[in-house]
Amino acid sequence: MPELPLRLEPRAEPSRLMPYLSPLLAVALMLAAGVLVFSALGKDPIEGFRLFFLNPVKDAYGVSELLLKATPLMLCATGLAIGFRANVWNIGAEGQFILGAVGATGVALYFEGSESSLLLPAMVVGGALAGAAWASIPAFLKTRFNANEILVSLMLVYVAQLLVSWLVFGPWKDPDGFNFPQTRMFDDAALLPILVEGTRLNQSLLIALAVLVAGYVFMYRSHTGFKMRVAGEAADAARYAGFSANRMIWIGLLCGGGAAGLAGMAEVAGPMGQLTDKVSLGYGFAAIIVAFVGRLNPLGILFASLLMALLFLGGEQVQQYMNLPSSISMVFQGMLLFFLLGADVFIHYRLVIGRRSA
Amino acid sequence: MLDRRNFVLSAGALVLASTLPLAAVAQDAAKIGFVYVSPIGDAGWTFQHDEARKELEASLGTKIETRYVENVTEGADAERVIREFAASGSKIVFATSFGYMNYVERVAKQFPNVTFMHATGYKSGKNFGNYNARFYEGRYLNGVIAGKMSKSNIIGYVAAFPIPEVLQGINALTLGARSVNPNIEVRVIWTNSWYDPGKEREAAMTLISQGADMLTQHTDSTAVVQAAEERGVHAFGYHSDMSKYGPKAHLTATTHHWGDFYIKTVSEVLAGTWKPENVWGGFKEDMIRLAPLNPAVPGDVKTMVEELSAKLKAGTFHPFTGPVVDQAGTERLAAGAVIDDATLGKMDYFVQGVASRLPSK
Amino acid sequence: MDGNLITAMLFATVVAGTPLIITALGLLVNEKAGVLNLGSEGMMAIGAVVAFAVTHHSGSPWLGAGAGMLAGVAVSLLFGFLALTLQANQVASGLALAIFGVGLSAFIGKPYESIALKAVPPVRVPFISDIPVIGEALYNQQAMVYLSWALFWGVLWFMYRSRAGLVLRSVGESPASAHSIGFSVIGIRYLAVMFGGAMAGLGGAFVSVFYTPMWVEGLVAGRGWIALALVVFATWRPLRVMVGAYLFGGVMILQLFVQGSGLQIDFPAQFLSSLPYWATIIVLVVISRKLSSIRLNSPASLGKPYRPDA
Repeated sequence: MPELPLRLEPRAEPSRLMPYLSPLLAVALMLAAGVLVFSALGKDPIEGFRLFFLNPVKDAYGVSELLLKATPLMLCATGLAIGFRANVWNIGAEGQFILGAVGATGVALYFEGSESSLLLPAMVVGGALAGAAWASIPAFLKTRFNANEILVSLMLVYVAQLLVSWLVFGPWKDPDGFNFPQTRMFDDAALLPILVEGTRLNQSLLIALAVLVAGYVFMYRSHTGFKMRVAGEAADAARYAGFSANRMIWIGLLCGGGAAGLAGMAEVAGPMGQLTDKVSLGYGFAAIIVAFVGRLNPLGILFASLLMALLFLGGEQVQQYMNLPSSISMVFQGMLLFFLLGADVFIHYRLVIGRRSA
Repeated sequence: MLDRRNFVLSAGALVLASTLPLAAVAQDAAKIGFVYVSPIGDAGWTFQHDEARKELEASLGTKIETRYVENVTEGADAERVIREFAASGSKIVFATSFGYMNYVERVAKQFPNVTFMHATGYKSGKNFGNYNARFYEGRYLNGVIAGKMSKSNIIGYVAAFPIPEVLQGINALTLGARSVNPNIEVRVIWTNSWYDPGKEREAAMTLISQGADMLTQHTDSTAVVQAAEERGVHAFGYHSDMSKYGPKAHLTATTHHWGDFYIKTVSEVLAGTWKPENVWGGFKEDMIRLAPLNPAVPGDVKTMVEELSAKLKAGTFHPFTGPVVDQAGTERLAAGAVIDDATLGKMDYFVQGVASRLPSK
Repeated sequence: MDGNLITAMLFATVVAGTPLIITALGLLVNEKAGVLNLGSEGMMAIGAVVAFAVTHHSGSPWLGAGAGMLAGVAVSLLFGFLALTLQANQVASGLALAIFGVGLSAFIGKPYESIALKAVPPVRVPFISDIPVIGEALYNQQAMVYLSWALFWGVLWFMYRSRAGLVLRSVGESPASAHSIGFSVIGIRYLAVMFGGAMAGLGGAFVSVFYTPMWVEGLVAGRGWIALALVVFATWRPLRVMVGAYLFGGVMILQLFVQGSGLQIDFPAQFLSSLPYWATIIVLVVISRKLSSIRLNSPASLGKPYRPDA
């Protein structure tokens, strides 16, 4: 098979500008493609664009919903980024999210009726621990048996979904819920306090912002964070310097799992107020896109999570007002990641058209 | 489709509305929102609600403007969709699935001036009513036909969740079948989802291979009827007349008709006379009907079904008339007694004759 | 248990396993070339919806299946361009394809929702299908089921008996040495990715045209992800893919049979359903334990980009 007439030529040194430019380029390309998508569907592209990207945030309530939707993405993506930086590919944040929801629900149901102000902190801890525990399975199997963490963490997503289904259909089913697969509604003491009256935005946003800051400090200001970055960028150098690969795997997965678990807790103690088998709406997978689009950097993740949340809300809007399937969100999300990955190549390479000159 | 009878009824509603001072004045069209759990498709639960929405539009014309969102998961996002309807000026929001209940309740508290109607739940409030239909009446008739026509004496039932509404249907079908054939056994497979055609089909195939020659379903697609047609057994449609998916298989269907109810509710809300109540309509209220019988149904069975449906319409017969004995052998309803709505609404057992077990508590 | 019931269970298991076999065999070839494409769910979804649409309009399920394959190839090229030409991260590229494909399929499929296709009748193999119990279950199946078996033999022969298969495996084991003896690593990987796409498209077509015959959003229901697991479960061996696919399918069917039969089993169905995933994890641990054992089984360069100029 002949070589394609496209060729990548390495840059003398990595572009300084491209890492920051490529997410913007990807967003611009996604928007351009969006106009094409709306036109192809026979819808007014300007109206589609307005509904999809502007209408969700037309008022303060819309913004509060955007922040609410972005919160779990922020949490999951920050945790994942810590691992991704060290080439620890945890793609099972979805499962860790579910376990976090399960852990927090377990605490809430066990202490049902409690009005203690310690209940919520206990649920936070329960959620984070459960998420981290779920992530510790791939960490243990990777460090002890060298089992691929991508595949193990992915398998555990399915197991987690089945676990939550068993719980809400079985032992945790609301005894007064007429057999519908859901737990009791949580007591007020087990619900995260609302930040802005009249909205669903709750204190989980503060937790997420704190985690973002903590993530930043860990990545850029701590010695371990530095070592993990080195390990990700130059594995040989890290080995030479005697950094423990196993330790990084553990840290990467536990951070990812713990943060995803927090996000799961925030979902059940926030907008849901109970556990059902519909707790996971793909936040764990979407967070992988967020982490990449955010350049594995907490500040970037903040923006990327808002953008992803907007894509979710925009999908609902065009569904409501244009009767398009809400899965248009996924089309945009997929395109965003495609364009980003494409644009990223130009950090290290220049694309040259034409065959290699001999 | 708007048929003549509906038109007459809605005209009545219009007259009713116009006798009230404000409503007759032409205003901006009142916005009405519908939240659907599955795609509209062309035969299932959501389809019948959407047909009713169209009847409503046809009947009240320019006085109203309807919008809908389909395929809304019964999760945290549902609240945003419901709220968006309320916040964008809807007068009434119809949320058409059990799992929306808690979200409707929360939004209803935030929007006291909007009326919320929730289908098949059990909560209500000042501006929050619920509605349901006596699906079990049609199921009982399906059971009579199945009991008369089954050769294997096994009826297969594909069902979504073991909530009261579904259990009422399974039990009514079993009671109906055993009223004419005490050897009937009903087998149930749960899909744990309202809408999963692949699994519904798989479950139907399994039941057929276990000997069922009569099938029905309490899920949202036509997969079970299609499977029955393919394998040469009979099936009862649900929600709507599904005969075009199985011309030979489809014996009849328990069909849902929400149109009159929607027209009545909306007219009342616009007139300011609406009060929250638990609406539960059946044959008598014309919310439930039986689709035309397949010619394969023998004449004597047909007569029997016609007599029973006349009694249901007249309100002189209740499918849950004692003795009703559950699987464990406990008598739930004494001989001759008729079940009351409150007990019916909490149904949590299988009657004798259902071979499958309820998922453990 | 009577023979008819066993026949019915076997029959259903074979049908449930078939889309997994087709897709997983494609992924196996894909991965043997050293490329991990996590986008199989998206490729299956696109294949399923395109096959459904073409079958609906043309009336020919085979034309539909062909179109599904082509659609699978087309979207796999998106992944190929990113992961091979641009050498982007394979995990992220595959994930993007999975999300994009599932989303796009819902879109294309909107006008086709709840249209019913005529069921494709089974093909009875003369004589063999008369064998009691097994004959009816295995040899009165749809033509696609036999095709999946042919595909199995084809992949087995290609992988271990043909020169092209040897080249493919060497590209997966050591791209640098394959390159140094004059093979185009990227070119061969492109072909492998396209084959993976074609098979995922065909697997999707089986689901929408032959299995369910209908289209709804989310019809593929995670089968693409299961196929990925299956390849690992099978330690990249075609025969074990077959066995594994029937095991995964069998577990699903068994649950329905247990429910329908009314047996009271206090063992939650969800635990049964999770067994294949645990089994995959255990297999993964067993083969990864020793370095020599991974070498024997998994392609050494799996998931790592190859830069010809590096």
